[in-house]
Amino acid sequence: MTVNSKLIERLAPWIAVVVLVMIWEVTVRLFNVPSFIFPGALETAQALITYAGPIGQHSWQTFWTTLIGFGLGVAVGLVLGFIIGSSRFLYNACYPLLVGFNAIPKVAFVPILVVWFGIGSVPAILTAFLICFFPIVVNVATGLATLEPEMEDVLRVLGARRMDVLLKVGLPRSLPYFFASLKIAITLAFVGTVVSETVASNQGIGYLMMSAGSQMRMGLVFAGLLVISAMAMVMYELFAQLEKRMTAWAHRS
Amino acid sequence: MSAAFVRFDDVSLAYDGTGNAIEDINLSIREGEFVAFVGPSGCGKSTFMKLCTGLHAPTQGSVSVDGAPVTGPLKISGMAFQNANLLPWRTTLDNVLLPLEIVEPYRRQFRKRREEFVGWARSLLKTVGLAEHENKYPWQLSGGMQQRASICRALIHQPRLLMLDEPFGALDAFTREELWCVLRDLWEAQRFTVVLVTHDLREAAFLADTVYVMSRRPGRVIERRSIELPRPRALETTYEKPFIDLVQELRAQIGEVRST
Ligand SMILES: Nc1ncnc2c1ncn2[C@@H]1O[C@H](COP(=O)(O)OP(=O)(O)OP(=O)(O)O)[C@@H](O)[C@H]1O
Ligand SMILES: [Mg+2]
Repeated sequence: MTVNSKLIERLAPWIAVVVLVMIWEVTVRLFNVPSFIFPGALETAQALITYAGPIGQHSWQTFWTTLIGFGLGVAVGLVLGFIIGSSRFLYNACYPLLVGFNAIPKVAFVPILVVWFGIGSVPAILTAFLICFFPIVVNVATGLATLEPEMEDVLRVLGARRMDVLLKVGLPRSLPYFFASLKIAITLAFVGTVVSETVASNQGIGYLMMSAGSQMRMGLVFAGLLVISAMAMVMYELFAQLEKRMTAWAHRS
Repeated sequence: MSAAFVRFDDVSLAYDGTGNAIEDINLSIREGEFVAFVGPSGCGKSTFMKLCTGLHAPTQGSVSVDGAPVTGPLKISGMAFQNANLLPWRTTLDNVLLPLEIVEPYRRQFRKRREEFVGWARSLLKTVGLAEHENKYPWQLSGGMQQRASICRALIHQPRLLMLDEPFGALDAFTREELWCVLRDLWEAQRFTVVLVTHDLREAAFLADTVYVMSRRPGRVIERRSIELPRPRALETTYEKPFIDLVQELRAQIGEVRST
């Protein structure tokens, strides 16, 4: 009985997906929506199979540009977050700047990046980077900057230097924030790449969807949409699992 | 009476322009003495501890410990606070070991002598009754157990000066009395010097050799009172008449402080 209900619980998301796909297909058929406006699930699946080759190629392009942008974002975000979070002065000085920067829609950078680097992978990587490093910086810096003064006293009286306190207490304490921000950052990185590809590339899922759309091949557009969502979801789940593994202590108190 | 271990000469401290937090403190504490500080909230008890351990320098007067003026953080001291402040990603054992990863000379020897240090931590944990919990994480411990571990952490580097800032303030009455006895036994065995800040007069009278009463801000010492109860003290004494009278007197004194 309990085994059964557990099984149902685990299957529930998949059941929801199946139901959604069915509603999709039925709605399209029922209202006779023309396929160049809104293709049904079946047609999308057909497109997915028919164009598996090109879709695979373009997805791969999107995937690795995103990962590079994300990797850059993590590296820069960690270092910058550590520097900003390790000094109260820098934290106060830079925080408003970062918030201001984050308020800029990153898409606005794409034309600039195209002028600087031309059409191709570089603007996509950089857009992914720009859009995803912010949550990492903020989370790492905040985690570091919020130390209990008493804990600091306990260590300082022992002759601990600032760096000791940061490494023994600050950094481990900010890890849950860091891993939580990775989940968000990876999905944002996909957004950045795809947005950049739609306007400034001749490769990648974003480009594929754009050009298929202009030819009214909506089945292919939706197939691209499915693939990109699947990639983002898988990566999100991956980092969610990583977070759970690395910072179990933070979820139990 | 032996020479002073901790000595305050005309010490005042002003954090900022708002006037002295603590004023004209003159006192001396013997090595191995157990002193308690009581006084109204905000009177500068925690400030006194910061001065004593060299975490803060006085604006006037001088503090010396063990014959030398205090110029910076004093490694021979261990501290514990009302909040146990254990690191949640470390086991109890690793939390207790933390000071040895930081304070010299242990820091340098930490890898080589780790086994030995773990032995120290284990025996400390055993004396406070946490032997079976060394591999648990802080969030798996009760508040009282966390506070025991926090005291072990303060003692692991064998400090000569133990600073306790309301360490039992957040515990229920039974646990608190249990921990009084734990602290009493640790002190009886090792005879380090203890400065205990507390709001609980029974706690001060039960544990301390000397109780200092401080006035409202700016904090001054307005009363120094030796507790002559024989040692070792049993918890039962706290329910007997001499002890109760003593606590009553202290309470009356504090009442005077508050009304002036
Ligand atoms: N870092 C600081 N900067 C400025 N003022 C401070 C600082 N720390 C303490 N004070 C002030 O100094 C006075 C004494 O503070 P302290 O923390 O020593 O009091 P306390 O006796 O420990 O109080 P409590 O019993 O509530 O813990 C208070 O008026 C407080 O506002
Ligand atoms: Mg205090």
